[in-house]
Amino acid sequence: MEFKTFVFYFLSAILVYASLRVVTLRNPVHAALHLVLAFFSASGVWILLQAEFLAIALVLVYVGAVMVLFLFVVMMLDINIDRLREGFWSYLPLGSIVALLMVAEMSLVLGGSYFDLFEKDISQAPAGYSNVQAVGRLLFTEYVYPFELASVVLLVGVVAAVALTLRGKRKSKSVSPSQQVFVKVEDRVRVLKMTAEKRD
Amino acid sequence: MVETLQQLLPGFLIPYFDWLMQLGESFFGSAWVNILTTVWTVIKVMLIIAPLLLVVAYVTFWERKFIGWMQVRIGPNRVGPWGLIQPIADGLKLMLKEVVIPSGADKSVFLLAPVFAFAPALIAWAVIPFNDVLVVANVNASMLYIMAVTSIGVYGIILAGWSSNSKYAFLGGMRSAAQLISYEVAMGIALVVVLMVSNSLNLGDIVKGQGQGRFAEMGLGFLSWNWLSLLPMFVVYLVSTVAETNRAPFDMAEGESEIVGYHVEYSGMAFAVFQLAEYSAMILCSTLTSLLFLGGWLSPVGFLPDSIFWLFAKISAIIFFFFWIRATFPRYRYDQIMRLGWKVFIPVCLVWLVVVGCWMMSPWNIWK
Repeated sequence: MEFKTFVFYFLSAILVYASLRVVTLRNPVHAALHLVLAFFSASGVWILLQAEFLAIALVLVYVGAVMVLFLFVVMMLDINIDRLREGFWSYLPLGSIVALLMVAEMSLVLGGSYFDLFEKDISQAPAGYSNVQAVGRLLFTEYVYPFELASVVLLVGVVAAVALTLRGKRKSKSVSPSQQVFVKVEDRVRVLKMTAEKRD
Repeated sequence: MVETLQQLLPGFLIPYFDWLMQLGESFFGSAWVNILTTVWTVIKVMLIIAPLLLVVAYVTFWERKFIGWMQVRIGPNRVGPWGLIQPIADGLKLMLKEVVIPSGADKSVFLLAPVFAFAPALIAWAVIPFNDVLVVANVNASMLYIMAVTSIGVYGIILAGWSSNSKYAFLGGMRSAAQLISYEVAMGIALVVVLMVSNSLNLGDIVKGQGQGRFAEMGLGFLSWNWLSLLPMFVVYLVSTVAETNRAPFDMAEGESEIVGYHVEYSGMAFAVFQLAEYSAMILCSTLTSLLFLGGWLSPVGFLPDSIFWLFAKISAIIFFFFWIRATFPRYRYDQIMRLGWKVFIPVCLVWLVVVGCWMMSPWNIWK
């Protein structure tokens, strides 16, 4: 067995194990941590496929940002496993349809090599080849409209998130910093002069 | 690899090296180069990690000394001559102490959290170049790698806070994690500006790009480094690294005097690993600042040669700056920290991003 194949199976085994634990573990924080492990293994597999930009972006975006916020939420929630289980049968039809769709999609992609969907020989990239430059060039020339569209969708998401959490005018009594910096000593402290008094 | 070694070795060792190569090839055949590469990589990793841990130990010592002198005290002076053995004594003491695991704590996560905090600060060193040839892995996307790896450090804080099963630790963890995430945004945009002007993600290329320009030709190299042309980004980046490493005046994570942080429940070596993580992150950030904005190993003036000692001098200067502001400024209030990050730094970064973009497209572009 080639060393590369060994590395692939090693990473994939960890990936499959971690993904299984994500759905089987009862502790939500542990499940989230296994999801982090799954992301790491997936990025390792992508590096094997010479897609180092995507691999690093996966760690940067999903592990570094998305999962951190996810953990934030999961830690704050008081999750009652028994209450979650109650709706199992009512959710089953919808869930099974989604699962079937996903299985169909995956089998189409994975079976692609049998139906001659892909180019047969993916050649080895030369040593100095920069993945980032290639992705960037394609994104900003050929796919610039889809790219801009995606950014507009993200912007809408940002605006929606702000609109959802904004609850009118703030009612706290905090002083605005721009006024705070102009405060002088005389505004806050009054020095009194008085003659010494005798205690009787 | 073989060429790199031939460049690095002093002249009188080259014949011995060639002899070693021939001897190895006669034994192992063509696999010898692979074996040698593996061994050389392990040696390179050791050559970075061992001195780094030693430097971390002595950075803690010099921090106490410097802050002592700034506050007209003496600082540690009991253990060894001038107190020089103090960090070793501290390390021994921490190693001998018991690691208390609080009742109800999530034991595995509790012990994993310090590792999550410490590991990113170590593995980021894999792509840091020390001069033209001295780098463990010369990766094209090295800047991206560093951003990805250092963003993992926040897990140590969140997990430590959560797994301790203590309200104080949990709130402390949330507080520091929110702070880290906020300043990462400003830092990321500042880095994007640097990447734009250097037209590369490779740290070595970023440093080499700073050695070109009108001032460098006049022999005043230090004026052509990024700190001058990107001065607002330099300031934002420097202050953000202070916040990012949880150092005073942004040390909400510890806040010894009024609030407690995410690692209140940790003791002994587990606590020491958090301390190690903080200091090695500090050294890493200083190194990055000197590579990105202060010209790395480039010499500041034309008549002196470029050398790795310039890099070490710049790193030491920035670490000294960290000590200096810790001794000078009082701690920021938490809402002020968040305001500085979101309402001051991010807008400044965004505006400057557009300004630099327009500047690069204009005829006055200085980064060709």
